[in-house]
Amino acid sequence: MTLPSPPMSLLAELTHRCPLSCPYCSNPLELERKAAELDTATWRTVLEQAAELGVLQVHFSGGEPMARPDLVELVSVAQKLNLYSNLITSGILLDEPKLEALDRAGLDHVQLSFQDVTEAGAERIGGLKGAQQRKIEAARLIRASGIPMTLNFVVHRENVARIPEMFALARELGAGRVEIAHTQYYGWGLKNRDALLPSREQLQESTRAVEVERAKGGLSIDYVTPDYHADRPKPCMGGWGQRFVNVTPSGRVLPCHAAEIIPDVSFPNVKDVSLSEIWNASPLFNMFRGTDWMPEPCRSCERKERDWGGCRCQAMALTGNAANTDPVCSLSPFHDRVERAVTEASERPELLYRRF
Amino acid sequence: MTEAPPGIAEETVLSFARGHRLQHDRVRDLWIVQAPEKAFVIEGSAPHILRLLDGKRSVGDIIQQLANEFSAPREVIAKDVLALLSELTEKNVLHI
Repeated sequence: MTLPSPPMSLLAELTHRCPLSCPYCSNPLELERKAAELDTATWRTVLEQAAELGVLQVHFSGGEPMARPDLVELVSVAQKLNLYSNLITSGILLDEPKLEALDRAGLDHVQLSFQDVTEAGAERIGGLKGAQQRKIEAARLIRASGIPMTLNFVVHRENVARIPEMFALARELGAGRVEIAHTQYYGWGLKNRDALLPSREQLQESTRAVEVERAKGGLSIDYVTPDYHADRPKPCMGGWGQRFVNVTPSGRVLPCHAAEIIPDVSFPNVKDVSLSEIWNASPLFNMFRGTDWMPEPCRSCERKERDWGGCRCQAMALTGNAANTDPVCSLSPFHDRVERAVTEASERPELLYRRF
Repeated sequence: MTEAPPGIAEETVLSFARGHRLQHDRVRDLWIVQAPEKAFVIEGSAPHILRLLDGKRSVGDIIQQLANEFSAPREVIAKDVLALLSELTEKNVLHI
């Protein structure tokens, strides 16, 4: 038997703790507490095993990874292992001494999140007073350090009209890259879907704004669309268990950060089993790997090795069966559930904030 | 023709922009360029060219060294080197 090809990147979710409480947080609804978090030595082993397995880039994420006092040490371990290190941060806890320490440890790149360009919009989503100013100061420090920086904006119905201003802020702050990511509707995002999902017109307008900015040049732009308005699914994670591995704060190893909603399977933990054994041989990672698991209409579809049947977690959340075709696909018998969500999103419920 | 594209001449000294580097991926036995939030595979003559970028050698030095190493006509080597280096400079992977 040949082994599956090794993962390219590791999402190391160091903690679920975070000073912000964004209602589209990508962490699971059931947040892991500080007491359950892996210790430094175990994270060190995870990084060693990841490099050995073939991981090229490690994304230190959370929650807010800067809430971990051992972040600098872990960046330095990554550097020694020749893993490209990326810090995904809100910037709230960043100051000059901490950034200098990360820089000295060999940090390769920072992805700094912004919730909006206006203070009111940012505070409404993040729930923290004064956050916007601290993020702007963080961006200036990162810029001054010379570490390459990507600004990340999650967009949704309330801020999507301000995409041109988001690009302007990125240029002003000297970011080389910008990620405009429409909210993905899992976990907290799914709970808040009716309040966040943009209209079709808003989506078209946002795509136009991105095209206009791309034409100007000088800024590298990543654009993630909301698949609810599509009729073919996204190739979620580049295929289940094909490119990407996620380790949660307590050490659970997942093919994507939302995978804990998949029922009837056990989630292996780095405290018990090595990363390579989990990647190569665990029932979880082999569950939807490749194309053998696919039902119709995926099985006979010419796109099956392009979109890999879409997203398993979306199939689970919207159809109750993770092995179904992603209902975003117009060929799915459950596609009407996605269409209905788009219509229902025109009502305006209150936001439900993430919390422990 | 081996004319240098605008901005890159034989005396130009290039290096990797911060956040980018050449790396041998020993698990897959490939050469890759690490970049912000992505890594891309490079093949053919590209790894030979990029491993000579040290912030000291000029483009001309690199061409000469490869011409010697591979006993190939300088013109042929120059064409490959200039095409690759100007493409990666345009993409901000390399800088002057």
